[in-house]
Amino acid sequence: MERDRITGTFTGNRGLQIEERLIFEQGEAGRTGVDLPEPPKLKDRLGGARRRGGIGLPGLSEPQVVRHFTRLSQKNYAIDLGLYPLGSCTMKHNPRLNEKLARAEGLGDLHPMQPESTVQGALELIDRLAHWLKVLTGMPAVAMSPAAGAHGELCGVMAIRAALDDRGETRTRILVPESAHGTNPATAAACGYAVDPIPANKRGRVDLEAFKAKLGTDVAGIMITNPNTCGLFEDEILEISEAIHGAGGYFYADGANFNAIVGRVRPGDLGVDCMHINLHKTFSTPHGGGGPGSGPVVLSEALAPFAPLPYVVHGKGGFRLIEHDHDDAATGKAFGRLKGFHGQMGMFIRALAYMMSHGADGLRQASGDAVLNANYLMASLKDELTPAFEGPCMHEALFDDRFLKDTGVTTLDFAKAMIDEGFHPMTMYFPLVVHGALLMEPTETESKDGLDQFIGAVKALAQRAKAGAAAAFREAPKLTPRRRLDETGAARKPVLRWRPREPQGQAAE
Amino acid sequence: MSTVRFTDEHEWIRVDGDIATVGITDYAQNQLGDVVYVELPKPGQKVEKGKQAAVVESVKAASEVYAPVTGEVIEANQALADEPATVNADPMGRGWFMKLKLANKGELEGLMDEAAYKTFVEGLH
Amino acid sequence: MRYLPLTEADRRAMLAKIGVPSIESLYRDVPERVRLKQPVDLPPHQGEIEVERAILAMARKNLSTSRAPSFLGAGAYRHHVPASVDHLIQRGEFLTSYTPYQPEVSQGTLQALFEFQTQVALITGMEVANASMYDGATASAEAVMMAGRVTRRTRAVLSGGLHPHYRAVTATHARFLGFELDLMEPDPDGAEDLAARIDSNTSCVVVQNPGFFGHVRDGTRLGEAAHAAGALLVVVVNEPVSLGLVTSPGEMGADIVAAEGQGIGNGLSYGGPYVGLFATREKYVRQMPGRLAGETVDADGRRGWVLTLSTREQHIRREKATSNICTNSGLCALAFTIHLALLGEAGFTRLAELNHAKAVQLAERIAATGKAELVSDSFFNEFTVRLSKPAAEVVERLAKRGILGGVPVSRFYPEKRELANLMLVTATETNSDDDMAHLAAALGEVL
Repeated sequence: MERDRITGTFTGNRGLQIEERLIFEQGEAGRTGVDLPEPPKLKDRLGGARRRGGIGLPGLSEPQVVRHFTRLSQKNYAIDLGLYPLGSCTMKHNPRLNEKLARAEGLGDLHPMQPESTVQGALELIDRLAHWLKVLTGMPAVAMSPAAGAHGELCGVMAIRAALDDRGETRTRILVPESAHGTNPATAAACGYAVDPIPANKRGRVDLEAFKAKLGTDVAGIMITNPNTCGLFEDEILEISEAIHGAGGYFYADGANFNAIVGRVRPGDLGVDCMHINLHKTFSTPHGGGGPGSGPVVLSEALAPFAPLPYVVHGKGGFRLIEHDHDDAATGKAFGRLKGFHGQMGMFIRALAYMMSHGADGLRQASGDAVLNANYLMASLKDELTPAFEGPCMHEALFDDRFLKDTGVTTLDFAKAMIDEGFHPMTMYFPLVVHGALLMEPTETESKDGLDQFIGAVKALAQRAKAGAAAAFREAPKLTPRRRLDETGAARKPVLRWRPREPQGQAAE
Repeated sequence: MSTVRFTDEHEWIRVDGDIATVGITDYAQNQLGDVVYVELPKPGQKVEKGKQAAVVESVKAASEVYAPVTGEVIEANQALADEPATVNADPMGRGWFMKLKLANKGELEGLMDEAAYKTFVEGLH
Repeated sequence: MRYLPLTEADRRAMLAKIGVPSIESLYRDVPERVRLKQPVDLPPHQGEIEVERAILAMARKNLSTSRAPSFLGAGAYRHHVPASVDHLIQRGEFLTSYTPYQPEVSQGTLQALFEFQTQVALITGMEVANASMYDGATASAEAVMMAGRVTRRTRAVLSGGLHPHYRAVTATHARFLGFELDLMEPDPDGAEDLAARIDSNTSCVVVQNPGFFGHVRDGTRLGEAAHAAGALLVVVVNEPVSLGLVTSPGEMGADIVAAEGQGIGNGLSYGGPYVGLFATREKYVRQMPGRLAGETVDADGRRGWVLTLSTREQHIRREKATSNICTNSGLCALAFTIHLALLGEAGFTRLAELNHAKAVQLAERIAATGKAELVSDSFFNEFTVRLSKPAAEVVERLAKRGILGGVPVSRFYPEKRELANLMLVTATETNSDDDMAHLAAALGEVL
């Protein structure tokens, strides 16, 4: 057996890092990891529509499957392992109590179409979570069904359009700050609106005069994130709110950064008409490698009648799920349905457990600690890195790449070097309003020790970059299961699935 | 004798009689990085000056390519489907995007010549 | 507070480093009059004991499918998920990891997604699949929008056998994006003629198989009619286990498949989170929404995985994105992948055969009561019965006897009186002979 040219071992494995092929490359016909009884032989009722060919799924035993996925898991970074300083992602600790309760009998095993009388406890739970969200945001209503943040944005903008339709008005533009997350303009376009960008001022906030100049009777609304994606509180938010309402438009707030202000500021007090909340950010539900999320949307009095179906109401006879607009208890103006069934119940249970654990006092402490941690990063790094803006930040600290000028090291290279130091990189190149952005959000669940370790590593890397080690940065990362991957090749010749090899037999000599 | 002109969106246009060849400039390909895909119009399609005619994609960005002039597409560069990297390697030559039949030669007047474009690009930094 | 590591000493030291007197002073940009002086009016913090007590109290008020024999379907299916699945997805490296934007530290997630995409392509019989969507309903709306982009036409025909929630979600998007829908009437008899509705402005015809009312069909002829008119065939699947036995969408000539993946690897969870499956032909891949994992090599030439074709997505195209979607249903897709890996070809096809056999047996038992008439001429594991009374009231009475006997069609179409006596009944591998005898007997009593 030859030794692997990269690892120097015979197997290509490196201690606990084990190379693992695809399941399709390990399967064998007839093998299975599940024992099922033999189906009785009977005349089928398929109407002749029986599958003709085989499927091609690989057969593996249970030990092989467990080993396969365990080995894969060891190639992942995770919150359970270390800090993710990702701006606007709010990667906080995911409590396991949440997991236990989401799986509880009587919750995890409820079918969505059971009769209402058999799920009063489930409806009560949704209603209880809705109550917490309404009190925390100071808003009178909430739509629970959107499946994720972007879905919640869609809900908010659709509610705005429905309200305008109801007023008999057609407006065509939505104003979005240049610093906005990409989902904001994508959402506006998905609802048939043209997107009009608002520039930022030198202080990193929405340029109030430029914003006012864009107002008109064709503006349906504004989509604002507050604190914004530069990590700064929009201090002129009350003027912005007044101006958009004065022009007959609505105020959509992107709640991605709610972690900075939860328990301390209520979006309702800022004049917000609708705001989506990312339960997987502010309220600790796990990111799961990319999802599932949950994006309930709080609504003002003006927009509440247009909330999508279904929703829970609490009457004298108990809780009801309103699924049709002509129901007596319905508003009659719902803009439609956004999702199958009722919403991300599994995430509701987790979020409620988290909220109840923290309580009103704990949530207030959490947002304060989140802002404290980010400012601590800012204060500790501002001499070695280059902050994009002056003054305190909120829950995230924004730097630009001026500190790397003339080093030959890009923001990307810097991030990849952090990986070798055992950290997931911060958000890079976003927001677009700053050159080579580095956006760091530690959250409140990082200890001071953990932050000090992170700060030390970032400073050391910055010094190393300035000392001329650009070549070393370009080689990073070197210590991960895979080194830098060719994304260009992947996009030019996309290979998006495994395919069986061509059969050998027929080849001519 | 063919004339080459440039737009401020970094497209070039080379005119021979009634036929114009359009592509993106070296500055543009450099800004984009490795081109992974080009979305081209179909022959017979009409394009309008200043409006989107094609899309060029790199890994991290997708950019609109605007028609420098109004006209009808006669040919799209199919070679780019197999080798999008040609846009990076030879943006002014083999990396051409499309050939158009010009509707209005007068539209060329407002475009920059080579010297003017060079000055324009220098002024961008 | 157990989730907050900072001590008072830490806070003091950090404030000193920052150079401000208090945390409150960091909020100086917030206008004074909107700063809350007190915690909001909600209960204070609680330990695990109290939180568990409160939430389990709500759980106990529900009749669950673990306790009551359950015959419910209508888009969500109770299957046995092997014990290993839940253990594996709760490994912290899967549960608490982020979207794999940094591929060097996400090879686990990315390889699993690549395996998921392959499995979805295989079971649907299609060329390529994405890394999942929120659920089947949103996936089917996205399929219609994609068909509009591909054909540049504005009118979609939706079968009366398409799940009513899927129809409603598509209608919501149609209203706001300005495309038209030809919504066929609900079709309990499985007799609709969709081909007759296709014209030169049709972008796609959307058909569900098995249908909402149970019917299993081979849509090949419908697909040919659609293609002849330049339209696409979109096939929707609610019960993914059916793909182990019935004609696959690929075999029918489907152009796009939108499906609900919940039935594999994921519990019922009162309707969410679920996982949308989305597959199409290779030639349409750049019009497909959602995330995609792709194969590549690293700097050492070793095979690895990355998210790819990102320029379709919102974080790059912004207002020109194919969709505004940001998330996939990562952990649910992983559960699907693990369950299907355990089943393999032999297990998956056997599971499907078993489900069908159970449904055939149950249909016979119910028909034998003489009190209910089987409406579906063909079915996989779910069929429609016509009762002699409104189904909603029968279902309530069965529930009082501790049986979740079926889903009344009137729950979805309350205004259609002619459907009021119809009930959807499902049998899976989780229903024992006793369960089924129980249901038949109970129906005999309440009808």
